[in-house]
Amino acid sequence: MIIAEKKPIEEIIQEVEAYDRILVLGCNECVTVCEAGGKKEVEVLASVLRMNFMAQDREKTIDEQTLERQCDHEYLEEIRDVIDQYDAVISLACGVGVQFAAEKYMTTPVLPGVNTVCLGANEDRGLWTERCQACGACVLARTGGICPVSRCAKRVLNGPCGGATNGKCEISKDTDCAWQLIIDRLKALGKMEDYEKVAPVKDWSTDRAGGPRTVTREDVKI
Amino acid sequence: MRLKIPTNFRIIRVPCSGKVDIIHILRAFEKGADGVYVVGCMEGDCHFNEGNFRARKRVEQAAKVLDKIGIGGDRVKMYNLSSGEGPLFAQYSTEMVNLVKKMGPSPVRLARQRMAKKADAA
Repeated sequence: MIIAEKKPIEEIIQEVEAYDRILVLGCNECVTVCEAGGKKEVEVLASVLRMNFMAQDREKTIDEQTLERQCDHEYLEEIRDVIDQYDAVISLACGVGVQFAAEKYMTTPVLPGVNTVCLGANEDRGLWTERCQACGACVLARTGGICPVSRCAKRVLNGPCGGATNGKCEISKDTDCAWQLIIDRLKALGKMEDYEKVAPVKDWSTDRAGGPRTVTREDVKI
Repeated sequence: MRLKIPTNFRIIRVPCSGKVDIIHILRAFEKGADGVYVVGCMEGDCHFNEGNFRARKRVEQAAKVLDKIGIGGDRVKMYNLSSGEGPLFAQYSTEMVNLVKKMGPSPVRLARQRMAKKADAA
């Protein structure tokens, strides 16, 4: 899922300072699971903003709503009837949701309430770690299911590099060497012969290098 | 036991202190409370294993955010005691009430009063 983290409250306060009627808009998907922008976080943020402005004797309307998703027309349409009641929207969705809402409601400022961090997994309670960089050409079949693109600092496709020590990456002693993990997994799978195969040059045009990406599926279009 | 406790606080019963969420604490402040204290079981004695640890974390979260918006993180506290310690509950309550009295009314409460006055005058 998409991992995000809450923006510092001071930053959000500064962003909304100028607006009197604000809608705090949550998203029920990824940001709910990573506890950054779901219904609960919407309630907390709205409450904190209300108290902040109330204590300064500034009367503001701060309402709350959480949509099923903010990356779908269908759900974003749900606020069409109320959007004119607000001077600004703080979206607690990932960057996708913020932009999609902004595109849809051209005359209302949509401000981000979270920082979108990565595509990751919920490794432990309160710990989310990156697993994918959406490079657009998956190599996991060859690398024992461990991604060298997202988990190797150098994105080395035939690793490890010379910087790995005791299975850790040279960037930090807390970061596993992706290639150590790959080798361990290939050994466990009995597929070490895969490690011997030299990976061809990767086509990075499917990554960000090729500009913004789109997926078109004629078979599902109506 | 007929212990003396301050009368200016309201007890909200929860099945376990782990039920208390940051939003409950914040709502109390939003409604004009000058202070909030959460009383959980002794650490290590939670019937649900970690309810009181969860509560402590949430109290800390609330304190942090209240500090940031100038209401004062010291207005929220977590206490631990066992259910048989009535006198300690009385002592903590007095302690908390005195602490809040020393800090004075919460800026939110004062603002609410000013708002109410303005509404009355209008």
